[in-house]
Amino acid sequence: MPFFAFVAVFLLWPTGIVISGALTGPDGTFSLEHLATVTGSVHLAAFGRSVWLSLVTALIGAVGGALLSWAISTRPGSGGGESRLRRVVTAFSGVLAQFGGVMLAFAFLATVGLQGWLTLLLRDLLGIDLFAGGNWLYDMPGLVLVYCYFQIPLMTIVFLPALDGLRKQWREANESLGGSAWHYWRHIAGPILAPAFAGSFLLLFANAFSSYATAAALVSQGGPIVPLQIRNALTSEVILGQADIGYALAFGMVVVVAVVMSLYALLQRRTARWLR
Amino acid sequence: MAALTPTPAPAPPSGSTTAPGRRGRGGASLLRWTILLVIGAYLLFPLLAMLEFSTRGAEGRTAEGRTAEAWRAIGEDPQLVAAIATSLQLAVLTVLGMLVLLLPTMVLVQLRLPRLHRVLEFVCLLPLTIPAIVIVVGLGPIYAWVGYLVGDSPLTLAFVYVVLVLPYAYRALDAGLRSFDLKTMAEAAQSLGASWWSVILRVVVPNMRAAILSAALISVALVLGEFTIASLLNYPTLQVQVNNIGKRDASLSVAVSLAALLFGFVLLLALSFAGRRRARASE
Repeated sequence: MPFFAFVAVFLLWPTGIVISGALTGPDGTFSLEHLATVTGSVHLAAFGRSVWLSLVTALIGAVGGALLSWAISTRPGSGGGESRLRRVVTAFSGVLAQFGGVMLAFAFLATVGLQGWLTLLLRDLLGIDLFAGGNWLYDMPGLVLVYCYFQIPLMTIVFLPALDGLRKQWREANESLGGSAWHYWRHIAGPILAPAFAGSFLLLFANAFSSYATAAALVSQGGPIVPLQIRNALTSEVILGQADIGYALAFGMVVVVAVVMSLYALLQRRTARWLR
Repeated sequence: MAALTPTPAPAPPSGSTTAPGRRGRGGASLLRWTILLVIGAYLLFPLLAMLEFSTRGAEGRTAEGRTAEAWRAIGEDPQLVAAIATSLQLAVLTVLGMLVLLLPTMVLVQLRLPRLHRVLEFVCLLPLTIPAIVIVVGLGPIYAWVGYLVGDSPLTLAFVYVVLVLPYAYRALDAGLRSFDLKTMAEAAQSLGASWWSVILRVVVPNMRAAILSAALISVALVLGEFTIASLLNYPTLQVQVNNIGKRDASLSVAVSLAALLFGFVLLLALSFAGRRRARASE
């Protein structure tokens, strides 16, 4: 079938090139040489920072997004259907989570950049200098701030269906048995939503880990995180043999994301037991 | 058609979220609104800042100094206009490619090869687990061939974009396929002498217009927002140009970004209404 041939050429083949490129030495035989250059240098630190960034933003995003999806989910007791608020927030979240990329970087340059609106407002009205502590926006703290801007909406999109799966009857049963709202969340909704929450957290982690566009637009030089180091390796014309480093870095990313997504698939199976 | 929308109940009155909570829910209602305000402010403020930033005049941030210069410049920058045209063409090519490749395959699998269903699903969801930045590393040699065979044009990006939109398009189309009894209809059509293609064009397509529209809209949104692959393969699409322009004219970039975000918002809102019409049609 042409479909499978097409996918093989444009998805599996590139991935195969990456993996074989990472695992062969200069003479074309199997070797861990390239991987060794990655684990013993600045690249390892970049992996550390990437994982840290993904963990922090996935955590903030998961909590914030869960709260937001709870706030816009259909009110308990008011029947099904989608409210207008929910429809707007969902579409808005979709834009920020899947469409944003480069544009989100510009949004934050306009807000808290050196000439950003908030920066100037704080300086003129309150005398606070946002950049007193150095140029943080173009480094890890800035990346955290900007990444949350698409992580929270993504969480809202993936977590809403789980909230919808909570049945009204469960809450009513809790109430008729004299349980309080605390009891409901602690003993009923909490345990049911936990796997969905953990799964969404993993999805957010993978999303942040593999995200490139926003960081690339924000940080135009250097490479604090792995995707940006791949950019350096791909665009560098100075040092020979950089392509191999690109392969090795990309291979590392595939491994991390594959592990996270397998855990996600396992959790999905657990989630499906109660919800739906 | 119930598979897509388990509860196609009539929409509640728009004010339902603001209505006072039922007994004992006053606290929850307050909490709900606090969350909406705080997170809403975090999400909306940067957009307002973009509007403010892109309308700053030469005199700075005074009310009189407002100008729509940057917005006007969108239409006057030849590079930008060319990039927008490229991105739109790419979006159309990607949607067509996706439909031509994916739809017949899905129909065929469902009718003749049900055992392949899981394989197809797995393959379609695979792009979610392989980061675009990884694909692009391995794409160099392949695009050397593509350039050799069909010429070196930004539009060749459509090949890899078809793969990128697969997970989203697959979900939309799958929901559409489940919404009617494909097997019975296809057998009826074929017993009346219809060919394979006429089954697809005259039975499948009319029955899942809404699903095809959803798949197309989400693909368009993804293609217009894609940056990673275009930028690293050095093709000037909309996102790549926005990024380049940002280095010399920040207000123009911010204006284009905001315009693109709003456009995406309209697309996705339309998407939610496409789903809604489908729900109503099923009642």
